[in-house]
Amino acid sequence: MKYKSLIITLFASSIFLATIICLWTIMATLQGVSFTDLNFNFNVLLSLGLTIVSIFIGNKFNHLLKIFILSISFTILYVFLSKSSPLWYTGGIFILILFFTNKLRKYDFKYLSQDFISEKIVFEFLSLFAILFFALVILFPFYIMFVTSFKTQTALLINPLDLSIDFSKNIFEIFNSYFVIFKTYDFGRYILTSSYVSIGTVLINLLFAIPAAYAVARLNFFGKTFLSTSILIIYMFPAIVLVIPLYTVFSQLGLRNSIGGLLIVYTATTLPVAIYMLQGYFKSIPKEIEEAGLIDGQNWFGIIIKIIIPLSLPAIASVSLYVFMIAWNEFLFSLMFLDNPKTFTLSRAINHLTGDAETPRQYLMAGSVIVTLPILLIFVYFEKYLVSGLTAGSVKG
Amino acid sequence: MSTTLSKIEKRTAYTLLLPAVCLVFSIILFPIFANVWISFKEVGLKDIRIPEPRAKKIVKSVQGNNSELKIIYKLRNSSLTQDIREVRFLDKFPKNIEPKGLDTRCEFKSKKIKCFFGNWKAGYRENFEIVIKDINDNAINSQNIKSYKPDLNGKSDNILLTTDFTLKNFKSVFLNNNFFELLTTTFYFTFFGTLGAILLGIFAAQLVNQKFYGRSLMRSILLFPYVGPVVALAYTWTLLLDPNSGTINSLLVSYGIIEKPINLLGQKYLIVNILGFELKFRLALTTVIFFEIWRYFPLAFLFILARLQAIPKDLYEAADVDGAGPFKKFFHITLPQITAILSILFMIRFIWNFNKFEDIFLLTGGASGTLTLPINVYQQGFAVSNIGMGSAVSIVIVLLLITFMIIYFRLIAKKANEI
Repeated sequence: MKYKSLIITLFASSIFLATIICLWTIMATLQGVSFTDLNFNFNVLLSLGLTIVSIFIGNKFNHLLKIFILSISFTILYVFLSKSSPLWYTGGIFILILFFTNKLRKYDFKYLSQDFISEKIVFEFLSLFAILFFALVILFPFYIMFVTSFKTQTALLINPLDLSIDFSKNIFEIFNSYFVIFKTYDFGRYILTSSYVSIGTVLINLLFAIPAAYAVARLNFFGKTFLSTSILIIYMFPAIVLVIPLYTVFSQLGLRNSIGGLLIVYTATTLPVAIYMLQGYFKSIPKEIEEAGLIDGQNWFGIIIKIIIPLSLPAIASVSLYVFMIAWNEFLFSLMFLDNPKTFTLSRAINHLTGDAETPRQYLMAGSVIVTLPILLIFVYFEKYLVSGLTAGSVKG
Repeated sequence: MSTTLSKIEKRTAYTLLLPAVCLVFSIILFPIFANVWISFKEVGLKDIRIPEPRAKKIVKSVQGNNSELKIIYKLRNSSLTQDIREVRFLDKFPKNIEPKGLDTRCEFKSKKIKCFFGNWKAGYRENFEIVIKDINDNAINSQNIKSYKPDLNGKSDNILLTTDFTLKNFKSVFLNNNFFELLTTTFYFTFFGTLGAILLGIFAAQLVNQKFYGRSLMRSILLFPYVGPVVALAYTWTLLLDPNSGTINSLLVSYGIIEKPINLLGQKYLIVNILGFELKFRLALTTVIFFEIWRYFPLAFLFILARLQAIPKDLYEAADVDGAGPFKKFFHITLPQITAILSILFMIRFIWNFNKFEDIFLLTGGASGTLTLPINVYQQGFAVSNIGMGSAVSIVIVLLLITFMIIYFRLIAKKANEI
């Protein structure tokens, strides 16, 4: 029997359970249930009791039976000792304890008396904490963004903690902010503009990048090494130092407030990384295939169209998604170049909403959901391609 | 034979490269040089519009005579500060129409009126009138007359193309602009933002490199902050941190953790009393740094994860045999394997954070002690409307950047030699 590992387990697991119960309480608070105290110490003590019982029982019973009995009895104890709360909250507590006791399955005396076990236990609990931490820190703002778009400004000023959605209203009232930003603030047009700009940037980018990347990957010419290093150096130059000269030149050429101007700038700023990514992939295509094409009488154009492009579709998909993401999310140039609402992109339109301090926050958040949702869906659906694009492009951001 | 082939190859290469190189040159390299030019000039935002001669055409009927029309051209110089030289005017008319008693500056020829107005001073205005009549005394359709637009042109100096230079901008960048504070804030932001993102990235990568249920979902979620549009995320965080009705402040107050809300984005200093010493703590800047870390640790995570997955598994198996725990494995196997990538990542992220504009601009707009060099470019150029000054700040950024890059490439060269 090793006391060190036992104490570590008790300490870590009770704090872990107490933390998830507290987080659940916070989520409940945000649904309008008024909790004024997190009762962290109480939760730790309760969790400590639960862990001790669970370890002492060990694997003597059927596992399912054990976790159900433990969870039910501890939930009842929790409800009995703390103040009254809604049923769904208690149900949540039950599920959390069930999950927790299930996690504790392998922790019995036999496991705890293995060699070098304490460090492993610490590491296991640290991982659990890390999963919790990252999930919370990342998803919480997205959750708030989404939920706020269904509330009203006055309701939020009265009770900022009540973020519950009132499902007793009809669907038009629930989605009111979305209707308003489409009708009053003309977001339909901005979605179209953003889509045109992003898709246009991708197409023009590929048109320029594929031939250039092929030349860098395959052909010999004077200044090749210079060119491939300068691609990366150019890529490091930030947008903010380009803004003033481009603004002056675009003003004089009348390219401000035009989608064409944005297309040119977006293409140029993403072109270096597109060339860099594509040439890396083109180099991995066996040269013999192209030589066979040459013997068949294809010229360079034919080789690119008929051999290179079909063989490198995954890389082209990566580049396209990456460029699409950059163009969709871009803010600085659209802020500088667009001041006529007719040519706004989504990002610029949302920024314009905040220019008026009177704009209720649910409209702002509804706009944010509209600009965020497409790009997140695309990301989740095409994750494999976008991740390889991001890795190559992660020098920039 | 081979020489002609290689010639063809070269020519093809240049043809394929030309469009991309031209575009990148005109949009990225040209502006960097143009910045140098503008930074030595005294140019305001209003000066960059080229002055042009303008005319508004008003058609009026003449009483009791519908075969005559009076046309008034409201002429003006669009600029209030610059002159226009050799202004020329041209307007077209339909068939069978003649001007009556034309101004001496003008002549009528083949259905066109051409005038030479000479020089217009800044802010020049004139109401120029002509009367036209139909040769056959028929009624004139005034809509028909209105449909022609007069065409004017003239010569003016483009202030951007003159050769008057001044060092005023650079002088005020270094003397009147609180330059030292600007630089320290920028470095503070850049250094801690980069360091935090990389540390968090190591944690996240280490986590996802283990096997657990929902691992691939976790990997997607970890990238959300970077994939989401900066505008939406920045405003969501502003709302979350809002002192009046923001979620975080309300939660903390309702649980009694703080007494009154903290304005995390609007308060420059937080004074902390430790053992009788009053410490000033840059609050808004720290919040902005945390946002920066939150948004960009996914990139560090991706980079580090890719490296972690490339570490040979037998290293860890050997450590298992020796009885090493997970922490020992991390410090003795993982960390030495990723130091190279960490140093490269640090330099790259450092350069990028140094130039970060959107995040700070959207969160605080550079207020409450979060003014960094890139925000200053925007403020000088567009808020104060001093384009020349903004360019001068950009030049300072570019010079610092070049310094960083030299250090970076030296380091990479060293690393390459070691491997």
